[in-house]
Amino acid sequence: MTQADFLNIVMPFQDKVFRLAKRLLISKEEAEDATQEILMKLWHKKDQMGQFRNVEAFAMTMTKNFCLDRLKSKSAQNLKIVHSNYQDGRTSLQRQMELRDSVDWVGKIVETLPDQQKMVLQLRDIEQYEFKEIADILNMNETAVRVALSRARKTIRETLTKTHSYGVQ
Amino acid sequence: MVFSEIKKLIERYENAETTLKEEDMLREYFSGDDIDPRFEAYKPMFSYFSLTQSEQFTKDVPLKPERTYRLYQWISVAAVVVIMLGLVFINPFSTTQKTYADLSPEEQREYHDAMMAFNLLSSNFKKGTDNLSAMTQLSSAMKQGEESFTRLTEFDNATDKIFKYD
Repeated sequence: MTQADFLNIVMPFQDKVFRLAKRLLISKEEAEDATQEILMKLWHKKDQMGQFRNVEAFAMTMTKNFCLDRLKSKSAQNLKIVHSNYQDGRTSLQRQMELRDSVDWVGKIVETLPDQQKMVLQLRDIEQYEFKEIADILNMNETAVRVALSRARKTIRETLTKTHSYGVQ
Repeated sequence: MVFSEIKKLIERYENAETTLKEEDMLREYFSGDDIDPRFEAYKPMFSYFSLTQSEQFTKDVPLKPERTYRLYQWISVAAVVVIMLGLVFINPFSTTQKTYADLSPEEQREYHDAMMAFNLLSSNFKKGTDNLSAMTQLSSAMKQGEESFTRLTEFDNATDKIFKYD
């Protein structure tokens, strides 16, 4: 397999890899590094690629594992990026003013979700995979995927409406 | 779309029961301007989804060089291993000597054959040297002859004294 063949296979989903990495790692630079790393790993496995049923799903699973490992080692080094202070919705007025742009606000809410819900939401609402594919990629069963997704969607909506009503008061 | 229809869809959406097609319909609805105020809260959600969808990976991936570099690394490691093994197993300065007991029976037989051949050669040489001893006798006889010649020379001197030539 030549470099061009490889890039043709990888091109359609490398953005998806990057976005999933970014959703999990939050920082753009880290997500870029992770994507690079994953594509490199795939390149080294290019001879076995014919054996994979679905290279894209395989790459997404690699991304998930790689990013979760990254996060784990980061929290071990006590360098965790702290964004967990939005969860209860009792954020200060000042914070709300800063996040007036409600689309940004959704991004912040997504960051507070547990990793699994983050991934499910990313794969369904942004990458628009079927439930079966998501279950495959994340090594979960479909019911668990639906439950996680439902929780994520509800959390976002609830947090948004709370913010909204606070804004009105 | 009518209010009740959207409401139902959204309910199913929140329970993660909608199909991708139905979610497309919702996305389309919320991307428009004509949104029922009761659903206002969902608008940023869907615009966030479509916004993040357009994020792209822009960095280049250096594929080739890394690989060859690694290959060369391993070749050098292999070379070092081969050299080390050579030093350990094929030591050119080794001083260890084999004794007769170390040889296998076959080798011992060969050793004997070789020794017999050498002995034969050496006994023939000995015969040769025995023959040469006859030559030594000859040489001593010659020496005696030479001595009698010296006497003749003396006789010649004497005759020279007697017959003086002019």
